[in-house]
Amino acid sequence: MLGIFFRRVLLAIPVLIAVASITFFLVRLAPGGPFDADKAVSEQVLKNLNEAYNLNAPLSEQYFDYMSGIVVGDFGPSFRFPGRSVTELIMTGLPVTFELAIYSMLIALLIGILSGVVAALKRNTFLDYIPMSIAMIGICVPTFLLGPLLVLIFGINLELLPVSGWGQLPGDKILPSLTLGFAYAAYIARLSRGGMLEILNQDFIRTARAKGLSESMVVTKHAMQGGLLPVVSFLGPAIAGLLSGSFVIETIFQIPGLGRFYVEAAFNRDYTMILGTTIFFSFMIVIFNLLSDLAALWLNPRSRDT
Amino acid sequence: MSNSSSLWSDAFRRLIKNKAAVGGAIVLLILFILAALAPWIAPYPYAYQNLDLGASPPSAEHLLGTDILGRDLYSRILYGARISLLVGFVATTVALFIGVTWGLIAGYFGGKIDTVMMRIVDVLYGIPFIIFIILLMVVFGRNLWLLFIAIGAVEWLTMARIVRGQVLSLKNQEFILAAQAMGVSNFSMFKRHLLPNILGPIAVYATLTIPQVMLLESFLSFLGLGIQPPMSSWGTLIKDGVESMEEYSWLLIYPGLTFTITLFALNFFGDGLRDALDPKTSDN
Repeated sequence: MLGIFFRRVLLAIPVLIAVASITFFLVRLAPGGPFDADKAVSEQVLKNLNEAYNLNAPLSEQYFDYMSGIVVGDFGPSFRFPGRSVTELIMTGLPVTFELAIYSMLIALLIGILSGVVAALKRNTFLDYIPMSIAMIGICVPTFLLGPLLVLIFGINLELLPVSGWGQLPGDKILPSLTLGFAYAAYIARLSRGGMLEILNQDFIRTARAKGLSESMVVTKHAMQGGLLPVVSFLGPAIAGLLSGSFVIETIFQIPGLGRFYVEAAFNRDYTMILGTTIFFSFMIVIFNLLSDLAALWLNPRSRDT
Repeated sequence: MSNSSSLWSDAFRRLIKNKAAVGGAIVLLILFILAALAPWIAPYPYAYQNLDLGASPPSAEHLLGTDILGRDLYSRILYGARISLLVGFVATTVALFIGVTWGLIAGYFGGKIDTVMMRIVDVLYGIPFIIFIILLMVVFGRNLWLLFIAIGAVEWLTMARIVRGQVLSLKNQEFILAAQAMGVSNFSMFKRHLLPNILGPIAVYATLTIPQVMLLESFLSFLGLGIQPPMSSWGTLIKDGVESMEEYSWLLIYPGLTFTITLFALNFFGDGLRDALDPKTSDN
């Protein structure tokens, strides 16, 4: 058990180094320097700019400088926002994106597990068919379509909720969180239904029922522990998906989070910002994947002895 | 050989019984035909503008209305179907090619080669690729073929794992040993003996990859990082629709509806195919 733990953690380290290195060299491969677009820049100014951002040093030196910067959380200066560091910008956007991700995750878990478990218990009744049909919609309708449709219905036609913003008007956090959470609610519903169905057929559940435990006891205490394991393993990829989903959601709802910064940096060709946010996002995703794998391992009784 | 042909005809019989899968297949077939015939049946060229007309609601001349530049939405959806379906199939083919080759080699040769190759897959699994595709688009410009290859190069990992698993379970069977004893070359071993026996899982996974790939393309196009105007994919049409949905809601609704129906059809067909080819997993 501990061995697997260590192996997983060790495996994450080369992934992190690979991600940071690939990103660094990819961005350096980009045709043209970061200041080429500013037409009015004279030769001397360009030289000074390159000097200031340390772009004249040999590539290997830049690489080691950058990599050792990352270790202490320094992603260098932003090319487009003079005087501000990438770390600073990330720290401005992160709390917003984090809040959005947490609300969406809570919505997804609540709706997903509830409807998945009920569907499994009431298999082949309308309590199974209806939530599972809605889940199919959640999987097939992409967030960048669902979001605008919800805005059109609840924001523009019914005028119930604000159409954009974050924390400025009452209720403006509802639509973004709901949009982002819905697709994951759908996946979680399907996973928990499948997991529960498998567990409910097993002998220890029959034993629990036979010894006269109440149905609610059987479900919550015995079946859900194992039945929801697939959901736990899904949490890591789900968080990764929530983060990339935030690119779209924050663009649609004009939320000043990390996702929107990233998309803007991509358009402005703010290379240090892209580099920094890519590495930052990747680190978060790798770490969350690792955590959910470890949690699933720890919860799974079959893996405990090894 | 008679055994394998009965497997396929059994699967076909099960597939035909599944109404959702048949419905999905019919929708997809109609869509393919419309997309293939787009240059002949679209009432207007996709870039044809009628600035005097501007955005107009659906009418007899413009079945699904026009956008702000007076471009016919129906024509643009038809041409968009070509791009979206093309991305789906080209990128899936790329993923298929890499994944199947990788899995075959790893599974068949085994030992150190297998360990190294699968460890590489493990490491790559950990990398958040969607961010890398965005990065590629920024660094190398928004090129259609680069987009295809980048998406395909992301989606092969699961395919490699599936193929390897299948090959491992096959390679100790008598007919493979017999072929080895006869001195069959590695290439024809793959082509004649291994591949035909794992076509089922490959077909299923490929069908389920197509909608994922199409979602990825439209996601990028929606952000403005995929297909560039005046060309249209469903992602760019939805993006344009969102920008003007307050006044001209049809510009969002029709492309969105087309895309959603297609994704439904692909998913239903893929699920049906999986149930038909692998009855064990279809119980629940």
